[in-house]
Amino acid sequence: MNSDNSMSSLLKEAQGIIGPQQGQMRDRIVNSIYQTAESIAASTVSTSGKVDWDRKIDKIITSKIWGFPIMLALLTVVLWITITGANVPSSLLAEGLFWIEAKLTDFFMAVNASEWLHGFLVLGVYRGLAWVVSVMLPPMAIFFPLFTLLEDLGYLPRVAFNLDRFFKGAGAHGKQALTMSMGFGCNAAGVIACRIIESPRERLIATLTNAFVPCNGRFPTLIALATIFISGSVAVTFKSAAATLTVAGLVVVGIAITLLVSFLLTKTLLRGIPSSFTLELPPYRKPQVGQVLIRSVLDRTIFVLARAMIIAAPAGGIVWILANTMIGDTSILALVAGWLDPFARHMGLDGFILMAFICGLPANEIVFPILIMSYVSGGAMMELDSLKALRQLLVEQHGWTWLTALCTTLFVLCHWPCGTTLFTIQREQKSWYWMFMAALIPTLVGIVLCIAVNYLVRGLGLV
Amino acid sequence: MGLTYQSTGTAAFREEAFNFSADDKQPVIALAGNPNTGKSTLFNLLTGLRQHTGNWPGKTVLQSKGSFIHQGIKYTVVDLPGTYSLLANSIEEQVARDFICFAKPDVTVVVVDATCLERNLNFVLQVMEITNKVVVCVNLIDEARRKKIQVHTDKLRKMLGVPVASTAANIGEGIPKLLDLVSKVVFDKLKPKPVQIKYDKEIEEAVSKLEPKVIEALGSELNSRWVALRLLEGDTTLIQSLENYYGKQHLQTLQEVLA
Amino acid sequence: MCPTLNNIPVGCNALVKKINASGIKKRRLLDLGLVPGTKVEAVGRSPLGDPTAYNIRGAVIALRNEEASMVQVSKLGN
Ligand SMILES: Nc1nc2c(ncn2[C@@H]2O[C@H](COP(=O)(O)OP(=O)(O)OP(=O)(O)O)[C@@H](O)[C@H]2O)c(=O)[nH]1
Ligand SMILES: [Mg+2]
Repeated sequence: MNSDNSMSSLLKEAQGIIGPQQGQMRDRIVNSIYQTAESIAASTVSTSGKVDWDRKIDKIITSKIWGFPIMLALLTVVLWITITGANVPSSLLAEGLFWIEAKLTDFFMAVNASEWLHGFLVLGVYRGLAWVVSVMLPPMAIFFPLFTLLEDLGYLPRVAFNLDRFFKGAGAHGKQALTMSMGFGCNAAGVIACRIIESPRERLIATLTNAFVPCNGRFPTLIALATIFISGSVAVTFKSAAATLTVAGLVVVGIAITLLVSFLLTKTLLRGIPSSFTLELPPYRKPQVGQVLIRSVLDRTIFVLARAMIIAAPAGGIVWILANTMIGDTSILALVAGWLDPFARHMGLDGFILMAFICGLPANEIVFPILIMSYVSGGAMMELDSLKALRQLLVEQHGWTWLTALCTTLFVLCHWPCGTTLFTIQREQKSWYWMFMAALIPTLVGIVLCIAVNYLVRGLGLV
Repeated sequence: MGLTYQSTGTAAFREEAFNFSADDKQPVIALAGNPNTGKSTLFNLLTGLRQHTGNWPGKTVLQSKGSFIHQGIKYTVVDLPGTYSLLANSIEEQVARDFICFAKPDVTVVVVDATCLERNLNFVLQVMEITNKVVVCVNLIDEARRKKIQVHTDKLRKMLGVPVASTAANIGEGIPKLLDLVSKVVFDKLKPKPVQIKYDKEIEEAVSKLEPKVIEALGSELNSRWVALRLLEGDTTLIQSLENYYGKQHLQTLQEVLA
Repeated sequence: MCPTLNNIPVGCNALVKKINASGIKKRRLLDLGLVPGTKVEAVGRSPLGDPTAYNIRGAVIALRNEEASMVQVSKLGN
């Protein structure tokens, strides 16, 4: 109380001195500062006029005709490089890691280790690790550096500039395009980036919808599914192209859903009108290509490997235990999957798929590996070192159709964010309620979308 | 709570008020400046850490801390969020202002974009109103060269009254000189004398009336001219921060002065 | 009637006369360097017509129509 009084009296003092003009003080102060800056700059900077390349580039990159096509083209090119580039290292890694698995098995045989020890350590822990590393690592280690290059070049603010009109229409902030871009790398990073949005309402919208951008941990799953299914039906030469277009299409769908959900939030839970928006378009800068590539490939690799150790390896072990602990004559895994199955069927999935998603809560990159492990475990042993073998596993042994793949893909795009992201949301918003909503909203969207697509496709007799 | 700067010493104050622990003897360097001028790049270069960098304004949303050793002395560096001004129009601006103003870094390095000096000087001038211990780092000098923009650093140094170094943080150009200036300012071998902005007559008169009262109340802890200016424009955020960081003791003195 | 910044055609310059706003909105615009007397150039529009990018004191800054319409200017031509 005391201090309040003293402060207000000091303020009053100031007010008394300056009189009724206090309202304009800020203007006059800022004006003087800028004038000083102007005069100092005028006598310390000299330019010998040159063509303004930035402006010429921006004229094209943000033009009515080329703005959107260029964005789509860049997205497609990045994905195409990721997909084609990941093919070879992925299969090399798979071959190498499964060769090691065979050796490990030999070793366990040689020392007469018990069946379950071998199962847990080799078929569980090791396999979980091997899957994440071989399927997930190469696309992640390629996509991320490419994206970093675009970021360093200065392209992201232009994306925000081009898309702002949509976000304004949805009652959201144009910088949401930037937070979404960060989400491609990692949703948790995207959620932290939401701090650049000042209005709490719009920041919350950006936070709640960030999961609709497929993060680095989900990209490889989308790529794998697209490669297995879409490109299964076209000639070899177009395989990568078809998979690329599919994944690019999914990203666009994700953005559309983001806008739609933002709009709905603006109309319901987070009513309001768009706040002010200002965004600097910085000059393009030449990234240090070599350094960026090397550093971010290494960074990503270490990141993925660390997560594989911490999350995928234990998850693999647990899944193996669940798949091999029998209650009666079914395993716990099969029991849970069976229990989830009826609901999952409505969504065009099956019980194992839904269960894999649930088990993937700690980290999205383990969803697909867990699915494969639970399909394989108990079943016939097979060499899963190629996408062809995978296709065989999914289609021939577990009855996947392209509709199953489509619904799985959609659910990859729209479901609860990973544990780390949820934790980050809780920390950023300081609210359990909004953390819960951040999980609920994408999940509901995903469920509705999958059910709709499933029934629509079946209703039309397309499958 | 009722924490006073004098009674506890800089290090403890920094620790309690900014959740910021560093050895008492370890000099603290703050990196401030407009968004996207290369503060985090410089920070990474000095500390070997990996703060997020990228060509869009506003990447750094959290102040982060690291350290490095220069000529046998360990320094703490703080990477502040980039802002256009220090007039506390947003949370980030307030964070940056409060850090410079209350945590009292031994040097505030203002990182400016050589290709866009005028806009950046606006920020430099504002920092120089708060503290004398300023070094200006004219970064992105390689970009400026490419664009045929020349910054006359000698003249800039004279006009601003503070040391100026030009750098290209992404390739490490000019860093030794920058560190040299920083250490000189830290150890008072170089005493920057920032130019003052001249406001119009009316404002200057009002400042000269109010300033003695501020000095009486706050002593020499804060730049009295700057505080007077903020009070004149009715900046309530500064008053809140004053309360937060200095507690009631000062404010009581204030009240006595004004009674 | 005085034109506002959003009416300036792309490629044209204008001088800032006054900011028709108050409080935090005004302060933000001031911080960007939109003080009276500043020369501003409309650099380009987003593909959908809004926002527009302006060259303000050497930096390119995008403003939505709503913000730009708060800045009263006098036309300078190009
Ligand atoms: N060519 C060149 N590029 C630089 C230099 N310094 C930084 N950059 C690049 O400029 C961009 C911005 O650098 P940051 O370090 O992220 O900028 P910042 O000041 O931390 O930005 P905020 O955190 O947004 O305030 C990055 O893409 C850097 O690689 C330099 O001296 N020369
Ligand atoms: Mg930064």
